[in-house]
Amino acid sequence: MKIRTLYIITLIVCGIAVSCKKDNYEEPTSKLSGRIVYKGEPIGVEHNQVPYELYQYGFGKVGPLGSSFAQDGSFSAVLFDGEYKLIIPNGQGPFRWRYLAGGAPDSVSISLRGSQTLDLEVTPYYMIRTPQFTASGGRVTVAFKAEKIITDANARNIETVSLYLNKTQFVSGSSDQNIATVNMAGSAITNPDNISLTVTSPTITPSQNYVFARVGIKIAGVEDRLFSPVQKIQL
Amino acid sequence: MKKILSIAIFTTLLGMAGCKKDSEFLDIPPIQVLPNDVAFSDPALVLSILGDLYNRQLDFSSLDNGWRSFADFSESFASENGSYFLVQRTGWGYGEWGVDWVQSYTYVRELNLFLERINTSTALTDAEKSRFTAEGKFLRANFYFEMVKRMGGVPLITSSMQYDPAKGDLASLQVARSKESEVYDFVISEAEAIKNQLPADVNQKSRASKAAALAMEVRAALYAASIAKYGVNTPQVSLPGGEVGIPVSMAAGYYTKALTAAREIISGGAGAYQLYNVLPDKADNFAAIFLDKGSVNQESILIEDFRAAGGRVHNFTVNNQPYSISDEGGDAGRLNPSLNFVQSFEKLDNTFAPLATRDAAGNPIFYNDQVDIFAGRDARLAGTVLTPNSLFKGKRVDIWAGYQLADGTVVTSDEAAQLKALPGSNTVVQVVGKDGPVNIEFRSQSGFYIRKWLDPTIGSGRRGRGSDVAFIRYRYAEVLLNAAEAAFELGQAAVAAGYMNQVRARAGLTIPLTPAQITFDRIVHERRVELAFEGHDLFDKKRWRIAHIVWDGVPTSLADLTSNIGRATKRNTQPWALWPYKYHNPGNPNHGKWLFREVRPAVVTGSNRFQLGNYYSEINNNVRAANPKIVRQPNQ
Repeated sequence: MKIRTLYIITLIVCGIAVSCKKDNYEEPTSKLSGRIVYKGEPIGVEHNQVPYELYQYGFGKVGPLGSSFAQDGSFSAVLFDGEYKLIIPNGQGPFRWRYLAGGAPDSVSISLRGSQTLDLEVTPYYMIRTPQFTASGGRVTVAFKAEKIITDANARNIETVSLYLNKTQFVSGSSDQNIATVNMAGSAITNPDNISLTVTSPTITPSQNYVFARVGIKIAGVEDRLFSPVQKIQL
Repeated sequence: MKKILSIAIFTTLLGMAGCKKDSEFLDIPPIQVLPNDVAFSDPALVLSILGDLYNRQLDFSSLDNGWRSFADFSESFASENGSYFLVQRTGWGYGEWGVDWVQSYTYVRELNLFLERINTSTALTDAEKSRFTAEGKFLRANFYFEMVKRMGGVPLITSSMQYDPAKGDLASLQVARSKESEVYDFVISEAEAIKNQLPADVNQKSRASKAAALAMEVRAALYAASIAKYGVNTPQVSLPGGEVGIPVSMAAGYYTKALTAAREIISGGAGAYQLYNVLPDKADNFAAIFLDKGSVNQESILIEDFRAAGGRVHNFTVNNQPYSISDEGGDAGRLNPSLNFVQSFEKLDNTFAPLATRDAAGNPIFYNDQVDIFAGRDARLAGTVLTPNSLFKGKRVDIWAGYQLADGTVVTSDEAAQLKALPGSNTVVQVVGKDGPVNIEFRSQSGFYIRKWLDPTIGSGRRGRGSDVAFIRYRYAEVLLNAAEAAFELGQAAVAAGYMNQVRARAGLTIPLTPAQITFDRIVHERRVELAFEGHDLFDKKRWRIAHIVWDGVPTSLADLTSNIGRATKRNTQPWALWPYKYHNPGNPNHGKWLFREVRPAVVTGSNRFQLGNYYSEINNNVRAANPKIVRQPNQ
């Protein structure tokens, strides 16, 4: 009996010793993070709607790694060190990216050696300046300026401006990301330096005494809306 | 000595048997697989190969794809626990509606091989060769049409390709995407080339006929034309190489082609096709188009046929029959047409109106019978949808949501057919219909069941038997509507009205539309009600470039629902329901009468959002990595 116990212990020890062999790659540790910015100011987008793609060449089959930008325009990816190229696919985002002569999106070369912060400079069609949210009696009001950034041949008009409220910090036009919306057609804007929108917050179940709000601009002919930062508002 | 002799004989025999040449020894003709020269030596064998190729055609909605291929797009509500995602999601993935690339091009390759082997076969007569070739080409063209509808321009492979390992030359096998217009041109030119090799026979329904080729040409030319014309509204949905998007200058040419090809069918050049007009009751007549496979049905042009007790059946009736009339206890009622769809059927005076549930003052309107609220409408409503208290298999569909009392409270149950006592009484009575509407799967949750394709044959609702109703891929009424649309777009409103009025008269709308009344909205509406649940909805909305407006992701409010009926760009993001209640107020003149409420079913939490990237289904990264010449879709 004693001998058998010894065998079992020996087996277990051997087993542990053998399985402790290194059998895998180390997980990636270099973090690439950044934001989409215009002259240093971040650009707000809709959650999970504006993607970016990272390509790494030299491993045979080429396919994108990638994800999408967060609401505040930030992104992050944990990667192995190496050479990467980043693009934002065509037709994505309320801004213009750099394009090659043929119209394909130009890539940003990234040489990743350890963690790195990389802000992606883009040219938005508009910038939402100085959004001021105020609440009184269950009504949320915002006043802001819409500054036209692209004024050359690629300029586009505002289709609608919208104020969205939601229970959670995810706020957009998607039907599960707002509880109240008010829209104003671009043609109804008399002074882009002073746009004001008001919406009444509906009853929230279970009740909470705050909402999250932000402003979105739909630009004519561009699918993704441009957003202000999310603001938490006490009702 | 004897022993030696027998050993010698044995050895000799063994030697003789073993002395077969090695090559001969291994070269045994297979007994399970027919070699090509044998397979293509007999027309019956060729036909069986062709049968397999027919079976592998692609349909969007189809009876053997399952009932769910008819659901979605807010035209219906899916009453099945595993399918609520259809109304709970907030949009579609870019890969949705795409094709399996490998499977598709395997099929294309086998079609190409079929055509090449037919061509080299020596045993077939020229007449046989000609027809088989035409059918193979028809299937190939129709399949490319199905691909281009989903993905835009795809690589056009029209001969079999062979990889030669000695050369190792992959690049010659990597074919770039053709222009979208080139694929449509291919479909149109193939149809023109083969139409006279196919029989012009109205009874030839399950194999390609001249009319099938022409009907395919009409539809393809119309799709190409509308993409060219309406593509200008979404300039972002295009690629610089033309793989997606067709220049607007080509629109008129395509419309003309569509109209010409349609006229060839309408004039009888492909056989004596006509609208099905057999039964006296217009609604029954409309439902029978989809059930009648006999020679009296001269409307269906190409069908995917089934045969009960022949091993080829489908479960559409099993899955969608009314719960209380089900042949298969507990298996029923999945596809429930929505109120959005039901109310879009116009009134007999050619006007649109929501179903009248309340009068101008906001008081409920009472009806003696549940079917009265639907009275005086397009007969196709009753032909497509089983409304509450309508007949199926000789029984009434039992749909009502409860009793409404005088004070407005409702006595109901969350369990179908449950018994409860009404106030002021001790006897228990049934307080909700056996078929719903309650929020339980397989009961109608929208207040309606589907009638189109639903087989009234005894036993068709049993899983063991199944239904053999055929799926109609092309039918004459669609050809007429296609012709009407093409004529309208070419500025020939009178011609358009003529074609459209034929279809409408068959449906019981006897007041003809004047040429001035033919508008884009009318065309869109007519296709919606005539061709509902036949797999047209998505592709129509795509080619007119209104999908992103109709399915804009904003929840459909009651005001949205009941306004602008008949407008092409009306929001349609969530399915609504119409729940009937019985009024319980003894002594009141309305006691026992019916009133109705519009309800958004409780599980409808999402709303359809069609993004620009949804116009053309994604070609996935694996395909693009394997063939770098394939450009990606726009807006993805």
